[in-house]
Amino acid sequence: MATKIKRTLLYIALTLLAICCMIPFALMIINATRTGSEIANSFSLVPGKALADNWATLSSYFDLFKGMRNSLIVAIPATLLTAYFSAMTAYAMTVYKFKGNKLLFGVIVVFMMIPGQLSLIGFYDLVTNLRLVNSYLPLILPSIAVPGTVFFLRQYCETVLPMPLLEAARMDGASELHIFHKIVLPILSPGIATMSIGAFIGNWNSYLIPLILLNSPDKFTLPVMIASLNSSTDIMRNQGAIYLAVAISVIPILIAFAFCSKYIIGSITAGGVKE
Amino acid sequence: MDKKIKPQKKKDLNRTAYFFILPFVITFLVFSVYPVVRTLYLSFTDYKGFGVPDLTWLDNYARVFKDKFFWRALFNTVRIWGVNIVLQLGLAFLLTIVFSDIKYKVRGLSIYRALFYLPNLIAATSVAFLFKTLLDWKYGTVNQMLVGSGLMNSATNWLGSTVTAPLVVAVISAWMWFGNSFIMLMAGVQGINKDYFEAAAIDGAGRWKVFAKITVPLLKPILLYVTITSLIGGLQMFDIPFLMCGGTIGNPSGSTQTVVMYLYKFGFETNQVGFASAIAYALFMIILVLSVLQFKWMNKKEK
Repeated sequence: MATKIKRTLLYIALTLLAICCMIPFALMIINATRTGSEIANSFSLVPGKALADNWATLSSYFDLFKGMRNSLIVAIPATLLTAYFSAMTAYAMTVYKFKGNKLLFGVIVVFMMIPGQLSLIGFYDLVTNLRLVNSYLPLILPSIAVPGTVFFLRQYCETVLPMPLLEAARMDGASELHIFHKIVLPILSPGIATMSIGAFIGNWNSYLIPLILLNSPDKFTLPVMIASLNSSTDIMRNQGAIYLAVAISVIPILIAFAFCSKYIIGSITAGGVKE
Repeated sequence: MDKKIKPQKKKDLNRTAYFFILPFVITFLVFSVYPVVRTLYLSFTDYKGFGVPDLTWLDNYARVFKDKFFWRALFNTVRIWGVNIVLQLGLAFLLTIVFSDIKYKVRGLSIYRALFYLPNLIAATSVAFLFKTLLDWKYGTVNQMLVGSGLMNSATNWLGSTVTAPLVVAVISAWMWFGNSFIMLMAGVQGINKDYFEAAAIDGAGRWKVFAKITVPLLKPILLYVTITSLIGGLQMFDIPFLMCGGTIGNPSGSTQTVVMYLYKFGFETNQVGFASAIAYALFMIILVLSVLQFKWMNKKEK
């Protein structure tokens, strides 16, 4: 009996904690439908009727859908490049014996430890010298080389790739690239999918690098656009519009999470936990 | 016939390997290695963002060392991270105890896990704006709720005091990251060989003893991993305080100015690029030393 009561208390505590994780988003969605003065006067869990007005206010400041499109233009190619080239590199490091393999692995491990901000200044300097400021290329191209993803997929290759199958394909005269595309990629796809979701969310949410590289508002990605709310003081008076802007930036991720939370959770432990 | 082909084939295979890793290696050299080396070089110069940099060797580092605002920024960052890691790991640990308990057998791990992890998925910019608006002194929903329910007599200016502003940043960071830590710890528990638990049960060990003698020691590597990654990430904190606390100033009176905000100020606002580079390397050295110390400490405790 005591066990039963304690268990119930545990569930209540857990549910309260879960509510703590959700309530800011709930308030965000509710407040997005209320007028600025309603929000300023009292708090409510009942949605208001000002959604359309807030939307009109918001869209007079900027085009959030454009920001979303810009974010997709960066995040989709970046994710695809990470997925394809990480798999290719990891595969080559696992199945071929070549000079420099160990060195490459060592460098990858070291760069996984190096904090990203260390290279921020040098990276900006490089982009300036290449005259690529305000271009999406320096946001996309570096995704070809993501050490953490290669590190994970290399381990993954070691556990899932059936060497005899590859050998058999080679005997049949299949070219190495053909083997990679037709046999290796499909076998690796669960691991690649896991890493890709993580990569996509990382790219979609990225703020600091786009902030320093993009300087024309029509190129702003969604986080940079949302952050530019800070400087437009007029809109700060209308909290409803701010909540709406934040809600629009958050809802796609919430929807994505509802459908593939399993993969997302899988991607967290993939990088860290080793047997 | 086989024997004839093999040496040639082997050579081809090696060549294929280089062809396969080439895109990675080139991109890596250009966009990862070069910027790190370039930043190091610039840290020895008086580079202002244009023209030819003049070598000043260790001048920037001497300046960083003597700069009380750098140390203040470091102190702020460590303080925010410290509060955050205690909350984050404490909560994650508690949840791990609950979900791995053999007596209560709490269900619904995957649902709770997903909900706890949700805040981590949202862009820091959106989180910052959401909380900045919710915590607004005069019109914020949080104050309305606290005053309305009688928990507080008058509205608190959360982001206006040097005590509460860093605390708010720390709590938001913990809110964003405890689910992540919990998932890591829980994965660690699930990775522990069931035989240990069965053997302990046969020996009649109580659940707290099992937890202290089996679960915690075996979780140590993951605990270390979570803490170090959190430290490396935490010392680079930027988005949340930058967006919630008035840009690189770190309002009020610099109490939320982190090292990377300080770096950003010199690198991208006042164009003292050489100095900013030295700040980056000073931060890197500190992260390196702390990681090594932490690693040694955790290993020592194990013995």
